[in-house]
Amino acid sequence: MMSNPAGRVTQGQFSFLADLSDAEISLQVEYGLRRGYAWSVEYSDDPHPRNTYWEMFGMPMFDLRDAAGVLMELNRCRKSFPRHYIRLMAFDSTRGIESIAMSFIVNRPPNEPGFSLVRQESRGRTLRYTVHSYATDAPEGQRADG
Amino acid sequence: MVSPLYKIAGQTDAAGETPAHEPAPQSALASATTVGEVLAQTQAGAVIEELERDLIGLAPVKSRVRDIAALLVIDRLRMNLGLQAQAPSLHMCFTGNPGTGKTTVALRMAAILHRLGYVRKGHLIAVTRDDLVGQYIGHTAPKTREVLKRAMGGVLFIDEAYYLYRPENERDYGQEAIEILLQVMENQRDDLVVILAGYEDRMNTFFRSNPGMSSRIAHHLEFPDYSAAELVQIAERMLAQHNYGFGPNAREAFEQYVGFRILQPNFANARSVRNALDRARLRQASRLFADNERRLTREELSTLEESDIRASRVFQVAGARTGPQQEI
Repeated sequence: MMSNPAGRVTQGQFSFLADLSDAEISLQVEYGLRRGYAWSVEYSDDPHPRNTYWEMFGMPMFDLRDAAGVLMELNRCRKSFPRHYIRLMAFDSTRGIESIAMSFIVNRPPNEPGFSLVRQESRGRTLRYTVHSYATDAPEGQRADG
Repeated sequence: MVSPLYKIAGQTDAAGETPAHEPAPQSALASATTVGEVLAQTQAGAVIEELERDLIGLAPVKSRVRDIAALLVIDRLRMNLGLQAQAPSLHMCFTGNPGTGKTTVALRMAAILHRLGYVRKGHLIAVTRDDLVGQYIGHTAPKTREVLKRAMGGVLFIDEAYYLYRPENERDYGQEAIEILLQVMENQRDDLVVILAGYEDRMNTFFRSNPGMSSRIAHHLEFPDYSAAELVQIAERMLAQHNYGFGPNAREAFEQYVGFRILQPNFANARSVRNALDRARLRQASRLFADNERRLTREELSTLEESDIRASRVFQVAGARTGPQQEI
């Protein structure tokens, strides 16, 4: 288990910590809102590190003042995708930054199989390496049931 | 604190709006055993005083706010003794004729509830049917939820709420918005306060066809019409706010004006007063404008003369109706 020592995907902030409770998530969201970030909820069933763009769950939430609104959206997403990866992202619209300032996973599938290293033999004795996520072995509709 | 250098349209800057009145730290309150001690630590007393000072008339509203503030204080004391203190349901319904101050009070209510510690952020989101109800199937729920998310931690003010329900069209999407509202009003009572507002008779019809809504609203506040004396007080308050004042006899003229205006159709209480004052300001401006050589003093620029008031059409109409002896 070299690629996945803890048996869990480590992407974004806080991913080496135990899962955040809802109260802790609220505090993080509150911090972002205080800095003027816009939060959004995204989900995915493929945790491959290069899978940058996850599915958006609804629109990014500009104009919010309180973490309860984000939590409300997050809980709806958890209800729809209980066994997907769900992450919260904070968009900083400051000129010159205009990108994601915070991102952390708030929901994981019960079983995270991790990744395998795939070797491809190429011209001559060249080897090409790539990472393959076991989670994507099942067809798309059945992955979340794993 | 990083503030964005430019803003996306519609984005509110969440930072920098930290209200001046933060709820008092819990530790000082934990040992309070008298009402006086709690009042000293919280904003409750100041809120009540301010309301008495700033709002004219509106006795039922003031007394209800006083009750809510009192409950907060007593709950604090109960909590200190280890008794259950449950946050009350604060959803409200404001009914009253046009211009009786429903929106104004709702704005203040957001600040008041924040200072009393019942809502976390204390902002007000004012919406009407258009903001909640969508155009096609599946459009309403996200729209309503969007508004609710924005209102979290504050007050959601739904003006003319009876438009949400259109009994004449059974496929109207308003019902869907009402259902989502009800659900959130029930489950997230701590997160937001919903205030519905509208004219009395139509709100009654609305509640009759949505009994669930009526029972989830704890406070039904009626806004009475203002008396003529109160309207004149309001007028003076409005003028003072904009650095204007009545000149000699202008106040009396305005009292007469209000007396006539009340009897005429489409009278909208404080709103009519504001419109009348705006028109008087226009007349004052053109009176001063006519003489372009004169050096105008501060006094002249900030005074509404009797003639500015008397020129109103209301006097002519009233004069014509009551006969020549009333003509002024």
